[in-house]
Amino acid sequence: MLHLILFSVFGLVCVAGAINLLVQSHPINSALSLIVVMGSLAVEYLLLGAEFVAAVQVIVYAGAIMVLFVFVIMLLNAGEEERTKGSRVSLLIGIPGMIIGSVLMAWILITHSGTHAVEAGALPGAPREIAQLLFHEFLLPFEVTSILVLIAIMGAVVLAARPEPLQPEGKC
Amino acid sequence: MVPLSYYLVLSGILFACGVTGFLIKRNIITIFMSIELMLNGVNLSFVAFAAQWHQLSGQVFVFFVMVVAAAEATVGLAIIIAVFRTRETLNVDQVNLLKL
Amino acid sequence: MNPNLHLCLIPLLPLIGAAINGALGKRFSRQAVTSVALLFCGAAFGMALWVASQFSSLALPHTEYVATWIRAGSFQADFAFYLDQLSLVMLLIVSGVGFLIHIYSVGYMWEEGGYYRFFAYLNLFMFFMLTLVLASNYLLMFIGWEGVGLASYLLIGFWFTKDSAASAGKKAFIVNRIGDFGFLIALFLLIQHFGSLDFTTVFQKILPFSPETAGAGLLTAIALLLMVGACGKSAQIPLYVWLPDAMEGPTPVSALIHAATMVTAGVYMVARSHVIFERAPSALTVVAIIGTLTALFAATIGVAQTDIKKVLAYSTISQLGYMFLACGVAAFSAGIFHLMTHAFFKGLLFLAAGSVIHALGGEQDMRHMGGLRTKIPWTFWTMTAGTFAIAGIPPFAGFFSKDEILWRAYQSSWIYWLIGLSTAFLTSFYMFRLWFMTFFGEYRGDLEDSHKHGGAQQAHTPAAHGHGGIHESPKVMLIPLMILAVLSVVGGWVGVPGSLGGNNRFDKFLGPVFRATAPDINATHASSGELAPPEKQTEGPEPKTGPATELIFTGISVAAALTGLYLAWLLYLRRPQLPQKIARSLNGFYDMVLNKYYVDEFYATIFVKPLIDGSRVILWHGIDQGVIDATVDKSAEEALDVSDSVRHMESGNVRSYASWVAIGAAVVIGYMIWVASR
Repeated sequence: MLHLILFSVFGLVCVAGAINLLVQSHPINSALSLIVVMGSLAVEYLLLGAEFVAAVQVIVYAGAIMVLFVFVIMLLNAGEEERTKGSRVSLLIGIPGMIIGSVLMAWILITHSGTHAVEAGALPGAPREIAQLLFHEFLLPFEVTSILVLIAIMGAVVLAARPEPLQPEGKC
Repeated sequence: MVPLSYYLVLSGILFACGVTGFLIKRNIITIFMSIELMLNGVNLSFVAFAAQWHQLSGQVFVFFVMVVAAAEATVGLAIIIAVFRTRETLNVDQVNLLKL
Repeated sequence: MNPNLHLCLIPLLPLIGAAINGALGKRFSRQAVTSVALLFCGAAFGMALWVASQFSSLALPHTEYVATWIRAGSFQADFAFYLDQLSLVMLLIVSGVGFLIHIYSVGYMWEEGGYYRFFAYLNLFMFFMLTLVLASNYLLMFIGWEGVGLASYLLIGFWFTKDSAASAGKKAFIVNRIGDFGFLIALFLLIQHFGSLDFTTVFQKILPFSPETAGAGLLTAIALLLMVGACGKSAQIPLYVWLPDAMEGPTPVSALIHAATMVTAGVYMVARSHVIFERAPSALTVVAIIGTLTALFAATIGVAQTDIKKVLAYSTISQLGYMFLACGVAAFSAGIFHLMTHAFFKGLLFLAAGSVIHALGGEQDMRHMGGLRTKIPWTFWTMTAGTFAIAGIPPFAGFFSKDEILWRAYQSSWIYWLIGLSTAFLTSFYMFRLWFMTFFGEYRGDLEDSHKHGGAQQAHTPAAHGHGGIHESPKVMLIPLMILAVLSVVGGWVGVPGSLGGNNRFDKFLGPVFRATAPDINATHASSGELAPPEKQTEGPEPKTGPATELIFTGISVAAALTGLYLAWLLYLRRPQLPQKIARSLNGFYDMVLNKYYVDEFYATIFVKPLIDGSRVILWHGIDQGVIDATVDKSAEEALDVSDSVRHMESGNVRSYASWVAIGAAVVIGYMIWVASR
């Protein structure tokens, strides 16, 4: 019972945050509501017993990636979005479309899938077990993703670097 | 007891919101955030299935998704900064020099 | 076992000469080219003479196997050479006359461009012709057959910058090909039914057939198809049209190829295949009819021609008709006899005509000749020998061979004899017409003893040379003429028939080839494997009448020849204005004869034009441009159109890219769900 209540509350918070992200016109508001979404998702993970994932979600996703987003928004300081004809059209089409799609999907899922219940904390995702998997079966993907991160860092540095001012000839 | 399908519905709603934001928003950073929203919805799905089938690899996969999301966000934001320097705008409709 | 005579060398020597002259001749001096050409051709002739000397000690037929060529299932064809009396006769004629003409050409072509090329082609021709006569199976013979056609094309179109010469070469080759098509079908039938193309094998298998058996239908078909090939190669009706045009080539070419050797290949082939022909009487009748009609037809055309070489060309067609008539009445050795004498006197006539043309600096129209008797006496006397020989006046060579043919023809049907006799009369008439117009009377041309030459613009002539006036040819051209003149006189003496007191050694020599395989028509002989009893001295039907009748007929043919001589003298020497009056009174008919009965125009309308139009409209515009090119072009256009419509996806608008990505992802996910749910 408690499980269901907690799930519903934080589920609603997620959805509200997501819709807020769409509704807000200034990107900083969208970023903050995304942080809200991530936080409540972390609680959902805890309800499922995935402790480590929840911790990583808060630390990495909400704490690093979103902070990066916020930094960039503040750096660029772009301001609110304007309302143009194209944006009205897309709102007109997109929002009802999304609602219909979501309702449809929900209905299908609820009525057609089996009533497998998931217990609270069904699968304890302790760091030890995850580490076992990560460093034995998934060692290769782990190493590859570390290289991926390295490349991303290098790419970001190169892309975002201020371009060198052109030297006039003969001054080397 | 919460049926699995409830988790999937939640995941689906988050994903749908992400797609919608991806399509209707004009600010490039907001578009990126919608992508992150999509990824989060998918992560929830993974963890829910991992719990139901008692396989921990679902959670490990979430780990990888987060790493990739981080890398992608990094590079994407670097590109946005680079484009912003020349175009002075974050509106994607104005990044249209390849228009026919 | 016979010793190995290295028969393969006889064709190969001229081939080597052709290769040397062809590849390196451009850099040689004229003397070097001449030496190479004459050396190899002379060596071939020398070998032929040596083979002849060894001949009496050989067991016949003598075959020499050199290498296996094709082995396909049960069919095998080899590079193998075959020698019997018939091949020996042909070999000596081809190599001997060929060698003489090589010598003559040295003088005739001395001042021409492309000298080395001429001799390379001439040696190449010798190679192919010798392969043809020495081959031991139909396939190797076919190589020679095709090859002489090729050499003929190359040599007719020797002055290839001239349009008419190039077209004449093409015409010769194409019409020959039509004949070759029939020849090939005959070869296919032979392979299908007898499993081999080797002469000995095939003829052994055909021997048991007799004309009444059921297999005769097949043999008739094969024989008729072989005859189609022979019609093409030997210029009989309806495939003779290339020979008059072939006079565009240099005169030695006309002498060698279109008089003495290549055109006789058809006769040789029919004689070689006599086993087949003898067992297909209807085919023999067809051969005889074609031969007779061609002889008469060509002779009538020859009467009205004014170009000296064209007269000789039609004369060749007519004489070939005689040879086919002889084969058609199963008198094969008579046909070969006439082939031999014809090689001598026709070769001589062409060479002498070449000498006349050379003397006049290129003039070929007889209306511009005359009175050359005193100016070029050697040419005159040799040409006289040739003219008397062809007219069939005893004791010259042509008399004996032609008479033998007429005699045999009579024994088959008097119609053949009558037409043959009329042709003999016409032959005599137009040859003496040529003789009188060229050498007697007054000179009607415009060449004097000055340096004026009218011939250089004729373009199908030897180049004009620096010495002036009408002059005799150099020795190198006269010596072959003299040798051939002697042969034209004495060449017939090997075939003097019994009725005239001779022994007909020629017929006896060729007897073993033709006699032993004659089908058994007479019921008194048990099987056809036996030799005929010795009283039967000649093959073919039994003589119906005795030697006295034969003498009467001989007399009639001599009379016909002399009548022709008299008429020609009357019309062209005594009263030269008479031919004009006769021509005018016979107006329409004369025109038709002058224009060769419009046969070329007829062919052009019925065959050539529809073919060319069909090719242009259907094959070129329709298929090549409309289907093949259009397929490629249309597919390119389609690709362009598709690209044109797809390019709208790349609008430069980032959000539309995003939409496409989303749509694509939805489609893929939908597909995966659909697959998973099945």
